[in-house]
Amino acid sequence: MSWWLPLKGSTFAGEIDGLFIAILVITGIAFVIVEAGLIWFVVRYRERPGRKAFYTHGSTRAEVIWTAIPAVTMVALGLVSNHYWVQIKGRNSIPPNAYPIGIHAKQFEWQVTYPGPDGKLGTADDFTVRNQLHVPAGRPIVLALSSEDVIHSFFVPQFRVRQDVVPGMDIKAWFQATVPGTYELGCSQLCGLGHYRMRAQVFVHTPDEYDAWMKRAAQGEASE
Amino acid sequence: MTTVAATAQVAHGHHDDRPFIRKYIFSTDHKIIGIQFLFVSLFFLLLGGLLAMQMRWQLGFPGKPMPGGGILPETMAPGGVILPEYYIQLVTMHGTFMVFFAIMPLLVGVYANFLIPLKIGAHDMAFPRINMWSFWTALAAGLVMLASLFVPEGAARAGWTMYAPLSARHDYSGAELGQELWSISIVFLGLSSILGSLNYITTVINNRAPGMTWFRMPLSVWALFITAILGILALPVLSGAAIMLLFDQIIGTHFFDPPAGGQALLWQHLFWFFGHPEVYILILPAMGMVSDIIANGSRKPIFGYHSMVFAIISIAFLGWIVWGHHMFVSGMNPTLGSSFMVSTLVIAVPSAVKTFNWLGTMWRGNLRFTVPMLNAVAFVAMFVIGGLSGIYMAATPVDMFIHDTYFIVAHLHYVLFGGSLFALFGTIPFWFPKMFGRLMSERWGKIHFWLTFVFYNCTFFPMHILGMAGHMRRIYDPTQYDFLKPYQPMNEFISISAFLLFATQIIFFVNFWYSLFKGKKAPQNPWEDNGLEWSLPSPAPHGNWAATPTVYRGPYEYSSPAVTEDYLPQYRKLPTDREPAMAPVAGH
Repeated sequence: MSWWLPLKGSTFAGEIDGLFIAILVITGIAFVIVEAGLIWFVVRYRERPGRKAFYTHGSTRAEVIWTAIPAVTMVALGLVSNHYWVQIKGRNSIPPNAYPIGIHAKQFEWQVTYPGPDGKLGTADDFTVRNQLHVPAGRPIVLALSSEDVIHSFFVPQFRVRQDVVPGMDIKAWFQATVPGTYELGCSQLCGLGHYRMRAQVFVHTPDEYDAWMKRAAQGEASE
Repeated sequence: MTTVAATAQVAHGHHDDRPFIRKYIFSTDHKIIGIQFLFVSLFFLLLGGLLAMQMRWQLGFPGKPMPGGGILPETMAPGGVILPEYYIQLVTMHGTFMVFFAIMPLLVGVYANFLIPLKIGAHDMAFPRINMWSFWTALAAGLVMLASLFVPEGAARAGWTMYAPLSARHDYSGAELGQELWSISIVFLGLSSILGSLNYITTVINNRAPGMTWFRMPLSVWALFITAILGILALPVLSGAAIMLLFDQIIGTHFFDPPAGGQALLWQHLFWFFGHPEVYILILPAMGMVSDIIANGSRKPIFGYHSMVFAIISIAFLGWIVWGHHMFVSGMNPTLGSSFMVSTLVIAVPSAVKTFNWLGTMWRGNLRFTVPMLNAVAFVAMFVIGGLSGIYMAATPVDMFIHDTYFIVAHLHYVLFGGSLFALFGTIPFWFPKMFGRLMSERWGKIHFWLTFVFYNCTFFPMHILGMAGHMRRIYDPTQYDFLKPYQPMNEFISISAFLLFATQIIFFVNFWYSLFKGKKAPQNPWEDNGLEWSLPSPAPHGNWAATPTVYRGPYEYSSPAVTEDYLPQYRKLPTDREPAMAPVAGH
C-alpha cells in the first residue's frame, strides 16, 4: 500500500504530479496557518472569569491582506494549471503523429479496435480485442472513444488519463506511455450494476514487442 | 408601536387555543413547521446513515455476509451478502436522502423557518399557509422516495446525480418504478423548496421589525436569505430536468437518449446548473449560523461583518458560473474547462475571507466552549480541509486524475459532514431551548462531539489517500482491481471507523429525545445571546411577540464597553439609543 500517487506511466504524469505537489504545498501552508491559529486561539483565549473580550469590529488592513493573498495565489495557480491543461487537453494538444486506437465501451466491457498493420483505423485490416489494451511505449496514442449505451469513463491511473465515453459523441483522448509493463483500465463512471467489473488489462510494450504482438494479433492469434 | 417596544422582551405572544391538529399537525406557525422539518429530516439523516453503513460493510468486507443482513430480501442481499444491484441502490439513495432530505431541509427547512421571523422580529412568515404547504410537499416527496426502496427491482440505481442515459432508460439501469419514483419525488421536492424560498425572501424583505436594517441582520439571516434566492432560482431547473427525465422514462420522449437524437450531456448541464448552487444551499446557512455561534462563544463582535455579508453574496453569485467544474472530463469542450476553472478558483477568495474572519472573531476573545461552540469551531477546522481539497479538483489537469475517485468522496464529506453536519450539531443544541423550552445535556453533547470528531476524521481523511491511489467511486468490489487490493486494509479501517461514527450518533439521538422530555428547563436567554429571539420566553409562544419588538443595534455587540455585561442584545434600549424610524414595511 502506497501513501502517494501511483507510478508515473505517461509523458504528462510528471506535469500533473508536479501541479498536485504545488497545490499540496500551497494548501499545506494555508492548512497549517489556519489550524495552528485556531488551536492557538482556542488555548490562549479560553474563557477566564472576570475578563472581557477585546471589543473590535475588524480591521480593514488585515482584511485587505487576507483577501489579496488568496486572490493572487489563485490567479497564479489558474494560469499555471491552464498552461498544462492546454498542453494536455487543448484544441491542438493531440500530437499529429499519434497512433490511433478505437475504444468502444458497452455495459460492461471495453472493445479495443486496433488499426492493424497499416496503422490506420477504419480500414479492412482493423481488428477488435475485448478487454485488452496493448500500446507501444514512447509513442503518442490517440483514442477514439465511443459508447454503445450509457456513459462510461476511460481511466488508467498510471497514465493520469481519464476521459468520459459518452454515447452519441466521438471523443478523442491521447497519452504517451513511458514505462513498459501491465496496468489496469477501469471504468470510473457509474454505468450500471456491472460497473465495478468493467475492467481491462493494459499492456505497455517496447516498440519491438508491440510490432511482434501486432503481427501475431492481426493473424488472429491474439487470445481474447 | 414603538412605545411598547421596550417591554416587548417580557411580553407574551397571543394565547393559542386552536385544536391540537391545527397547532401541531396542519400548523401555519413557522416554529412548528421548523420543528416538523427537524423531526422528519433527522429521520432521513438516520436512514441515510444506515444506508452508508451497508455500503461500508461491502467495501470493507466484500462478499462477506453482513451482520443483520439476513432480514433483507433475496433480491437485495441473499444470505446477507450485498448484491451489486443493491449496492448501487445504496449509493444512489444514500446521496439522495442525505442531500435532498437530510442536510438541505435541516439547514433550510428547519432554520429558515424557525429563525428568520424570530431573528428579524416578525410574528410569522409572510405567507404562513404557503409555508405549511412547503412542509407537506416536502414530506410527500420524502415518502415517495422512501417508498421507492420497497418496489420491485428496488430504488433508483444511477447515483444521486442520476446521469442520463443510464437513468433515462430502464433497460440500462435494470430498475423501472424505482427510477420513476425518484423523478417524481424530486419534482415534489423542487416545488416544496420553491414555495419555501418564496416565503423566506418575502419575509426578510417585508417583515423586519423597526430598527432591523439590512446591516443589522445577523449573518444567519443574511445566509438564509441569500440561500433562498439560490433556491428559488436553482430548484426550478432541477424540477424541469426531473420532469424531462420522467417523460423519457414513461412517455417515450428522448431528451437524453442519444440514439434517438437526444443529448447525454444535456442532463449534466441542467443537473449541475442546479447542482452547484445547491452545494452552496448546503453550506451557506451553516456558515451563517456558525458565525452567530462563534461570535456568541467568543463574546466578541464578528470580525468584518460587512465583508462577511459580501462574501456570502459573492459566493452565491459565483456559484452560478462554476457548474462546469463537475464536467471537466465529461467530453465538454476543454476550452470551456479553462473558464470554469478560473471561476472555481475565484470562489476560494470569499471562502478564505470568511475563514480568516472567523479566526479574527476568536482572536482576543473570551471563548466559552459550550457544545454549540465546540461544534462551530470544528466546523471551521473541517470546512478548511474541505475547501482546500477543492482546489485540487478545480485545477483541471489534476482533476483529470482525481475526478470520480475517493478524493472527491473525501472532499464532499469534509464539506457536507465536516461542514454542514458539524454546524448542525452546534445549531440544534443552541436553539433547542427556544424550540422546546429545555436544554440538551452539555456533558453528553461534549462526549458526542469528541467521539464524532475523532471517528469522523478516521473515516474520511484516509479517503484522500485512496483517491490518490486512483480508487474509483461507486464500485461494488474494489478487490476486482489488482492495483486496489493492497488498499483493502485501509478500506477495512475506514469501514470500522464509519461503524463507530454511526454508533456515536446514537448518543446524539438519545440526548435529543431525552432532553425533549426530561432536559433541564431552559432560562429565557441561556447563551447570553444578542438575538431578538432571546427576548421571548423558552419555548417561544405562538405569534412570537405580543407587540413588534424594536431593534437598537447590530447583532454582535458582545463585550461592548457601553455596558458591564459582556453582551448587549439588539432589543435592549440604552438611554443613549434613539427610537428608529419606522421599518421599511412593518410586520402585521
